[in-house]
Amino acid sequence: MPEMQHEILHLSNVSRNFGGLRALRDVSISVSKGEVLGLIGPNGAGKTTLVNTVCGVTPASAGVVTFDGRDITRVKTYQAARLGLSRTFQIVQPFAEFSALDNVAAAALFSQPGESWKSARLEARTHLAFVGLEAQADQCAATLTLAMRKRLELAKALAMKPKLLFLDEVNAGLNSIEVERATKLIHQLAARGITIVMIEHLMKVVLNVCTRIAVLHNGELIADGAPRDVIKNQAVVDAYLGQQYAQRNAARG
Amino acid sequence: MTRANFALLILIVIVASLPLFGGAYALRVGTLACMYAIFALSWNVVGGFAGYPSFATAASFGLGAYVTGILLNNGVPLPAALAGTFIALFLGAVALGAVLLRLRGHYFAIASLSLVEVFRELINNATDLTGGGMGLNIPLASSSGILADAMFFFYAMWGLLVLTALVVIVVSVSKLGFGLSCIRQNETAANMVGLNTTLYKSIAFGLSACFVGTAGGLYAAWVHYIDPSDVFDILYSVKPIVMALMGGLGSPLGVVCGAFLYLGLEEVVWRNYIQIHSGVLGVLIIVLLLFLPHGLISLRWAMVWRKVKHA
Repeated sequence: MPEMQHEILHLSNVSRNFGGLRALRDVSISVSKGEVLGLIGPNGAGKTTLVNTVCGVTPASAGVVTFDGRDITRVKTYQAARLGLSRTFQIVQPFAEFSALDNVAAAALFSQPGESWKSARLEARTHLAFVGLEAQADQCAATLTLAMRKRLELAKALAMKPKLLFLDEVNAGLNSIEVERATKLIHQLAARGITIVMIEHLMKVVLNVCTRIAVLHNGELIADGAPRDVIKNQAVVDAYLGQQYAQRNAARG
Repeated sequence: MTRANFALLILIVIVASLPLFGGAYALRVGTLACMYAIFALSWNVVGGFAGYPSFATAASFGLGAYVTGILLNNGVPLPAALAGTFIALFLGAVALGAVLLRLRGHYFAIASLSLVEVFRELINNATDLTGGGMGLNIPLASSSGILADAMFFFYAMWGLLVLTALVVIVVSVSKLGFGLSCIRQNETAANMVGLNTTLYKSIAFGLSACFVGTAGGLYAAWVHYIDPSDVFDILYSVKPIVMALMGGLGSPLGVVCGAFLYLGLEEVVWRNYIQIHSGVLGVLIIVLLLFLPHGLISLRWAMVWRKVKHA
């Protein structure tokens, strides 16, 4: 089975409960190397919980998570980060008092044991340049605009040399020009061969960059497949996309 | 080395010349000044660098005093007793820190405060070992006269201060200090970039305890008699926080200046307002914090200069 060899992340029957609330129910999904998987679903569907569960922030209540051939169900957040799982936050989480450069340098320094100060700083510059923040390198993170802070998150995530990158709503709150720019960045990341799982509400972006889509609803995986098929899936239309979207889509062909 | 750290070392070297200017009183105040500076520098590691408001200083101080006292009473020489105290306090605090530092903000503050009470009660009740409420007598270190003794303890405390300052300066410019700063600013993000926050915080807590504990040991040897309510005095927990706020949170130079200023105020106020000294001291501290919210370290010559020009 050639596909199995390229699998990088696998969740089997993963559940996560918060008291009586079942945020994830028996989710089984697999992500292959080099894929760009779109994770969509209504608010409260469990998308961010899924990311948190994989990253060790809220460990699974049941089920097994394997990453790169290793069981990571119970690893701590910082260990997951060192294994090559990195993420951006829906609500940006900069080190507010540090410069943009130090923010990225921190990510490079702590994610790779043995990394030196000097090389962390050097690397940080190239990542900042990649996301277009080289002019803001010495600026305090708290003073950056939202769009810039989102790109800073991305630079931090890249500095960790991820094998798998979670993008949690990198486009939320951005205007259309900023979204276009962010989309281009995601394309570039995918071209570098980084596996990406992105949570996104803008269907235009999802259809533009994703090679596959998974849909969560009430903590359950209700669809998983090629973008073209998933957006026609009746359950997905009912739960998330809405009848109007389906009609417009059908009209467009 | 930054200019502020250099200034800190110069300041400490100047303190060493104190015995030239006075007798027993100067030595007593000087020893206390070094002790307070050790408290402030130590508290700053966990409170200033990592942003965890610890009230555990009195617990470390009391425990250190008792560990050294008991070792001395069992015939262990002073240097070995102090070294033992240092190691025991560091390891103990790292272990406790790993548990306590899961709490944040006010919850951590309360938990660290309870450490003081817990250890006080333990020492109070371990009568066979510690003498309980009766206190513990500690043999005289030497018999070469009162002034020579005072001189010895001043320089011992001063030496400990130098060691503390050097370690704190090294921490502040190292990966550890950088990581603690990340934790203070955003612990979630720190975890997410691969920083083992539990380990870093525990080491910070250990460092904030071992120097204070050793100072407690020196104090015990210095005063020859300790009892639980004296060395587990909650004021030992509160004072370093006030010093750090007065001097400038996070800055080693700032907190040491804060410690010296605090001691100066305490001495002057105590002499002149013996009945209401703590009230007057409180008012002075509030006034200072109102007008200089970022502490002494935020004072700039430019500020003074500008005012002079406008006047």
